[in-house]
Amino acid sequence: MSRYASMFQRLADKREAAFGAFLMLGDPNPAACAALLDAVVAGGADMVEVGIPFSDPVADGPVIQAAAQRALAAGVKVGDCFALIAGFRQRHPDVPVGILTYANLVMARGGFARDAAEAGADSLLIADVPSLEAEPYALQMAQAGIEPVLIAAANTPDDKIAWIASLSKAYTYCVSRAGITGTHSGGTFDGALPAKLHNAGAPPPVFGFGISTPEHVRAAIDAGAAGVICGSAIVDCAARGGDVEALVRTLKAATRNDSAAH
Amino acid sequence: MRLNGRFGRFGGCYVPEILVPALEQLEGAFLDAQDDPAFAAELNALLSGYAGRPTPLTQCRNLPSNIYLKREDLLHGGAHKTNQVLAQGLLARRMGKTRLIAETGAGQHGVATAIVGALLGFETIIYMGAEDVERQQLNVFRMQLMGATVIPVESGGRTLKDAINEALRDWSASFESTHYLLGTAAGPHPFPTMVREFQRIIGREAKAQMLEQVGRLPDAVVACVGGGSNAIGLFSDFIPDAGVRLIGVEAAGRGLDGAEHGATLIRGRPGILHGAETYLLQDAEGQVDDTWSVSAGLDYPAVGPEHAHLKDTGRADYVGATDAEALSAFKALAENEGILCAFESAHALAHALKIAEEEPQSVVLVGLSGRGDKDVAQAQQLIGPSA
Repeated sequence: MSRYASMFQRLADKREAAFGAFLMLGDPNPAACAALLDAVVAGGADMVEVGIPFSDPVADGPVIQAAAQRALAAGVKVGDCFALIAGFRQRHPDVPVGILTYANLVMARGGFARDAAEAGADSLLIADVPSLEAEPYALQMAQAGIEPVLIAAANTPDDKIAWIASLSKAYTYCVSRAGITGTHSGGTFDGALPAKLHNAGAPPPVFGFGISTPEHVRAAIDAGAAGVICGSAIVDCAARGGDVEALVRTLKAATRNDSAAH
Repeated sequence: MRLNGRFGRFGGCYVPEILVPALEQLEGAFLDAQDDPAFAAELNALLSGYAGRPTPLTQCRNLPSNIYLKREDLLHGGAHKTNQVLAQGLLARRMGKTRLIAETGAGQHGVATAIVGALLGFETIIYMGAEDVERQQLNVFRMQLMGATVIPVESGGRTLKDAINEALRDWSASFESTHYLLGTAAGPHPFPTMVREFQRIIGREAKAQMLEQVGRLPDAVVACVGGGSNAIGLFSDFIPDAGVRLIGVEAAGRGLDGAEHGATLIRGRPGILHGAETYLLQDAEGQVDDTWSVSAGLDYPAVGPEHAHLKDTGRADYVGATDAEALSAFKALAENEGILCAFESAHALAHALKIAEEEPQSVVLVGLSGRGDKDVAQAQQLIGPSA
């Protein structure tokens, strides 16, 4: 059973949802980033989602753009990112790690998926490869032993939901609102998307984009999310020198509320 | 999608999933409009009665007389951009959008979008790299005069690439009300195909004018290539004519041996940026390079995917012209023909002058894509007031 599948099973038994913490690899430098990765696990993150910095992150808002810029300015290379994942994997053998990055980095490095799998990453989401371009990438990932994660959005039509359900493996990344990554959220999450994904046999729906408070976490879980990913709020907290572990602990607590057990 | 959106291996639709429905809606509106005589009638009326088509074909009198200039500089707005902006404006209205966003480099596409925004009554937002805002103040003011809001983009190298990033981010949140009026034959499908079809009129007119005025097809067709819309518009109707050489001229900036250029097809390698698989200027890891050109409109590290395909199949050749060569051609055209062309177009002319000299028997058709008013202040700095 994959690390993601084991995690979702373990949490389901405890009637909890998964809390995913996002960090940009190499931000602000590799050593500090390694410590932040440990901090989010210490705070209770069930899964860790990591960005590999790209020069032109069109799906990202200002906070994550700035994080990528800091990492690139520090001279961080893709190989350094895989080394950070490998180090994390040694320290935390069971915590699922998913990579979130952009197509050009994958294309530029022959064997990107294989190197990611060998470093110990469990999944790979390519933000600018939508479902209609995803098949060759999913095939490549399957051969390399890493699970593809696709995005499903509130405006994704039903025929594509079925296709996404068949390609996405570790979880399905649900985008509940239009726009780019960031803390902005209406605080409402539509339950229709997780229901459609469930009916299509998709892997567990995990909500991202606009999750920054315990209330958001609750609302996403109430809408049917098996988990949430919080990115900009954590990255912003780290950039300001805040207590990342405490922030994660607060957000994770919201996945344990008894009302999570429907 | 109804079309496959590929040019050989290049092109495609590499955008976040959230934007796919917007691009499918656009493709549908484009294909429906292509079949709708009323759309063609309204567009043609605007192109002739408002924008000033057809544009002339001018034979040089004092520069080598085997050079013919396709005068898109005389189009309303001052560049070829107006052709496709009018068409996309009509499409946006068909789709019920109320707001236009666009990126701009030199400002010509921003000006053209501001024009259509004013004409057809859209709220218009132009993203422009902060560096370009500084070097193209006149065009910024033009856009503002026509009611557009210009937003300087401070990220990255603060040029065209970064303006496109920001426009895509805006569109990810706003697509229900907003049409992204992309300015060149690049980006995700359907833009490369759609923009080519709306710019094809440049080559169609030029071909007919050559046959009428010269009695033969040109030996070479030369156009500058940044994103590549004026070049693909000029080339398209000549692609089936195997005897006509197609030559795209990229910005060689301060020299192709260094890093300060925008010669994507000459120095880049395939990658994925801004929605398409195409040639990119990038480092070994796939981080996209910042580029340099004296002309903001050619200062772009990617290129339209059809040009990538034309290069790989050998149907078109791509060469470079340096800042200095472009500036020299800019001066030569002004002094000899009384025409101030855009710095972008001066790159094409620089190469055409070389061909005309080496092959005095060849007939050379040059896309004079824009006029140079926007570049006069910069030219004064570069050449000096006593030029």
